[in-house]
Amino acid sequence: MQEQTAGAEYTVEAKNVDFFYGKVQALFGVSLNIKIRHVTALIGPSGCGKSTFLRTLNRMNDTIRNTRVSGEILINGEDIYKEGMNVVKLRRQVGMVFQKSNPFPKSIFDNVAYGPRIHGQHDQQQLAEIVEKSLVDAALWDEVKDRLNDNALGLSGGQQQRLCIARALAVGPEILLMDEPASALDPKSTTKIEDLIGELREKYTIVIVTHNMQQAARVSDYTAFFYEGSLVEFDRTKKIFTKPKAKQTEDYITGRFG
Amino acid sequence: MWKDKVIHLLLVGTASTSILIVLLIFLFLGKEAGSFIFEPGLKELFDRSWIPVSFVRERFGLLPLLSGSAVVTAIAMVTTVPISVLAAVYIAEVARPTEREILKPFIEILAGIPSVVLGFFGLIVLAPLIKELFGLSSGLNALTGGILLALMAVPTVVTISEDAIMSVPFSYKNASLALGASELQTIWKVTVPAALPGIIAAIMLGVGRVIGETMAVLMVTGNSALITLNPLSPVRTMTATIAAEMGEVPIGSVHYQALFCIGITLLIITFLLNVVARVVLNKYGMKK
Repeated sequence: MQEQTAGAEYTVEAKNVDFFYGKVQALFGVSLNIKIRHVTALIGPSGCGKSTFLRTLNRMNDTIRNTRVSGEILINGEDIYKEGMNVVKLRRQVGMVFQKSNPFPKSIFDNVAYGPRIHGQHDQQQLAEIVEKSLVDAALWDEVKDRLNDNALGLSGGQQQRLCIARALAVGPEILLMDEPASALDPKSTTKIEDLIGELREKYTIVIVTHNMQQAARVSDYTAFFYEGSLVEFDRTKKIFTKPKAKQTEDYITGRFG
Repeated sequence: MWKDKVIHLLLVGTASTSILIVLLIFLFLGKEAGSFIFEPGLKELFDRSWIPVSFVRERFGLLPLLSGSAVVTAIAMVTTVPISVLAAVYIAEVARPTEREILKPFIEILAGIPSVVLGFFGLIVLAPLIKELFGLSSGLNALTGGILLALMAVPTVVTISEDAIMSVPFSYKNASLALGASELQTIWKVTVPAALPGIIAAIMLGVGRVIGETMAVLMVTGNSALITLNPLSPVRTMTATIAAEMGEVPIGSVHYQALFCIGITLLIITFLLNVVARVVLNKYGMKK
């Protein structure tokens, strides 16, 4: 197992993934390899399964009753759906940022420190360092360093979203899943988030779901186009946006539907 | 147009009725308690014993009754709060839908049992049990009353706490789970703290219910007006005193007025509890 992962090119390898909500099938045989320390965008019209696929990668779909997944998803070579898989460990490794910013109704400090604390870090000194580093990495430190004890709900929407990114970074993940992280934000905050993604890709593997085609083109290295639960096309972003192979992809990115 | 006005007036009228009724209750309680303020005077209420009928000197101290109510209420809350809050957490967060369907109606049935029936249960089952357990000569004491009242407060506290827990946005739980927290950590570190204002309000309402309860405590607390904090001692609560003595008291006598003073005290206590609950809810209520 260890040899496989050493110097591996891909952090995530999905093989033939089917997904069901009860009897409704939402994903049909999706196979997709996600490259380490690159940004991969998942695009497609609403209900195409891109968010569902994203949520299979940290097993957040487990929280929905009556769902079932088949196929294989390897993260660093480990099958994350194998029997006895430690979901807590998985989610430390694979962080997530949601569409709507969701800070806890606690102080800014406690929000970022939440993850490290539940994983057993109680040393104040250490926590303070982790919080500072995470906020710096999320490009929020300068704006909040003087009011770490204020309630996080007092921040603006864009700041709240960056706080959520900082909170996710604080547990030290390798992969960061982002589910339309800027769709509820104004253009200025969106730019900040996009710039941030550009910086984070140096250290993290990022998978981002987006409705915004320009955003996918701007921030990602690879793009996967989903349609009706299937992966239609997956390639370098430049290629997808200039010379798509499939007719559906072309129609979608040129705005003919979706 | 005139129809709108009539209906508007009608609605304002019905809505104001409740205010009017509360005011009238205060007014009439005050009127009946009336001259107690001058003769024998409010000072009398702070006497250390309640001996309303005596050949020597009648005494109308509220302290034994207050201590009785306090002990019984404290026992009831210490018993009911952990049970009810944990039950609410279970029903809201852990139970499968089918379990919830079974648990909820039973808790609601508990709310519907008349207190006199619960009193019977206390008298026949609980009191002998406590008598045996502690080797007492009688099982009618504050502990028995408190446990019985705890049972009665369970539905109030469970239902309102559960509502509060259920209304915690799902996004909080998602955020916590996505950070690698277990279900249990999520419940204790995120969901319950976020629901805390609602849970506190539920507890306050439970206290209100317990302090105001009459029949069950009258039946099982032993009814001796002693100043005590001992749970195994018989006590007499304010409500039980009013219920037990109101029937035999000469109307307009000092004793009669004293009973109304108890009523006013009770009303003030429950009123304050409501205010506190409301302030807590407003101040720490969740911003969504």
